[in-house]
Amino acid sequence: MPKLIKLTGDPSGKDFGAEWAEDGFVHVGDDDALPEGDVILSLARFQAEGEILLSNSRRVGVRVEPDQEVEALAYDLPRLSVVALAFPKYRDGRAYTSARLLRERLGFTGQVRAVGDVLQEQAGFMVRCGFDAFEPADGATPEAWTKAAHRFRHVYQRAADHRRVAFEERAV
Amino acid sequence: MYLYDAIDREFLTDRSNEFRHQVARRLAGELTEDQFKPLRLMNGLYLQLHAYMLRIAIPYGSLNSRQVRRLAWIGRTYDKGYGHFTTRQNLQFHWIKLKDVPDILDAMAEVDLHAIQTSGNCIRNVTADPYAGATAEEIDDPRVWSEVLRQWSTLHPEFSFLPRKFKIAVTGALTDRAAVKTHDIGLFLRKGRDDQIGFEVVAGGGQGRTPYIAQTVRSYLPAEHLLSYVEAILRVYNRHGRRDNIYKARIKILVAALGIEEFTRQVEEEWGKISAERADLPAAELDRIRAAFAQPRFETLPDVSEAFEAARAASPALQRFVRNNVKPHKVPGYAIVEVSLKAIGQTPGDATADQLDVVADLGERYSLDDIRVTHAQNLVLPHVKLDDLPAVHAALEAAGLATANIDLASDIIACPGLDYCALANARAIPIAQDIARKFADPDRAEKVGELKIKISGCINACGHHHVAHIGILGVDKKGEEFYQLSLGGSGAEDASIGKILGPGLSADKVAPAIDALVEAYLHIRTGEERFLDTYRRVGLEPFKEAVYAQAD
Repeated sequence: MPKLIKLTGDPSGKDFGAEWAEDGFVHVGDDDALPEGDVILSLARFQAEGEILLSNSRRVGVRVEPDQEVEALAYDLPRLSVVALAFPKYRDGRAYTSARLLRERLGFTGQVRAVGDVLQEQAGFMVRCGFDAFEPADGATPEAWTKAAHRFRHVYQRAADHRRVAFEERAV
Repeated sequence: MYLYDAIDREFLTDRSNEFRHQVARRLAGELTEDQFKPLRLMNGLYLQLHAYMLRIAIPYGSLNSRQVRRLAWIGRTYDKGYGHFTTRQNLQFHWIKLKDVPDILDAMAEVDLHAIQTSGNCIRNVTADPYAGATAEEIDDPRVWSEVLRQWSTLHPEFSFLPRKFKIAVTGALTDRAAVKTHDIGLFLRKGRDDQIGFEVVAGGGQGRTPYIAQTVRSYLPAEHLLSYVEAILRVYNRHGRRDNIYKARIKILVAALGIEEFTRQVEEEWGKISAERADLPAAELDRIRAAFAQPRFETLPDVSEAFEAARAASPALQRFVRNNVKPHKVPGYAIVEVSLKAIGQTPGDATADQLDVVADLGERYSLDDIRVTHAQNLVLPHVKLDDLPAVHAALEAAGLATANIDLASDIIACPGLDYCALANARAIPIAQDIARKFADPDRAEKVGELKIKISGCINACGHHHVAHIGILGVDKKGEEFYQLSLGGSGAEDASIGKILGPGLSADKVAPAIDALVEAYLHIRTGEERFLDTYRRVGLEPFKEAVYAQAD
């Protein structure tokens, strides 16, 4: 049973949705033996071993904790497939900033995944900040996720999702 | 004033539907109280000692008569016939039933009111000078910028899970009626070179258990860059504010820990990386919002109203009301009228549904349909013709709303305290009532002059006691309520934190102690000194002597 929800379509468009996805990645702890295939590592382990891993034709993702700065990955981003941003508690909002910086400042086009205490109540905020994959902790389905993410017909500020902002709607 | 368009209205409808769905899940037992708590808090719904409390946002304290009537109706229909105005210019209903909340939100949405971001670790309701658009001292109308911030901060995707709550205040006047320096971000409109408009941006102010006066981050920010700059401050805070200790999570702690120079450096560095073109509000939208606050069509009137002059010559009560509650307006022939919610013996900030209806009628008929809430828990009719003052005064008097005590000793700020609040250690309301009774004689109150007494029922300081001329903090000492007095604070343009006077006093000793402080002041003041000025000249000692010699 896959436990990864992925966005489909354009978050700013009518075809927006979400679906269950096969997660090809394995989260690997710092002391775990490296499995075959695609892996998500901590930032520390990536910094120590990433160079070798990237060169042996597997896909690599990095897990960034809220107290770590995504800027540390700036030069590696073009070679990364996933950046997993951790929510140790749903109230910890630092990963929203990290996601926006990845998308809007560092130009990351790979997957930005929410991991940890990920609840459907956060869906709207997460999608707006540029997350496109989610490991829900509350049993949310893709249908619930899609609905929660687009509960509001209007938004008041620009963000990473390029939705049309209220002032742009008004200008038409 | 700003009127909601279809977009703003659909947004409120979506919000209301979302919460109706969540309440249904809670009432059906699908959500536990633990799961429901953060959801209800996002809609201003608190569980207090006796009932749910619903806190309604009043953006920059500005209401029209229709909104005030609707609040009266809600108070009558769903509460016990009254509401309580807060130091954030909001209104709270203290006796709400959970099952009614979705209907209340719908009823509010019909008149463009909501409870969004009146709690939670997000950007709270933006407050502003209640005299905006009416006072002559204004550089620019703070409501324009408050509305810009209201929209921008509404369900902000990046800043809805901050380390702690976040409060912003704006003023365009030199006299600070919005306690701007006690805010996480304070914005003072300033005139720059070439007559351009900008802001002095201050940050890191706050009350609670570690009070700080905000410090200047930027002495002049061109106004059009407001949103990008506020975004930079919030991003630095969101990333680096402490999350390990709720009492050290406000931005004031970060600013103090880094020092204002380093904090400023980080903000400026972040601001330099933000695309102003994407982050700042487009000029066309700013113009649209500004147009909503265009000066109303005031009549051309003489400076002096003969009808008014004759009425006040004949009525000492009106004369007194004018001395204390009526302030100069920027347009000849008009005045700003403060409506005191501090009648002697009343709960500070409470208004009955009937009183709200009276204020709504007066606002509609005599004040260009404009009504304001002050952070001192009073109301304002900002645009009253001098000709109409006698009628307005008479109507207020009939409704018990003409107490002539603005900024006097009985105009006390008090939080709801232990009578309502689950966080409180001590009662605040009865203390306020006791003190006010000491100044029930209006001649005495006027003789004492400006004296800002503020009471908090716990260290969270909702009653602003740190920035009071006389602050009173309720504490729990082995199950008994005690009150700690502090002197010399100010939340105005001369902002300062008060100093603790001495050991705490039991509830029955508080009002006599205030009396003793006032008598000491009357004895040692010189000239036109306010209580605060005298304190600043002579320090704590004579006051300490007066209170504790009497207590012994």
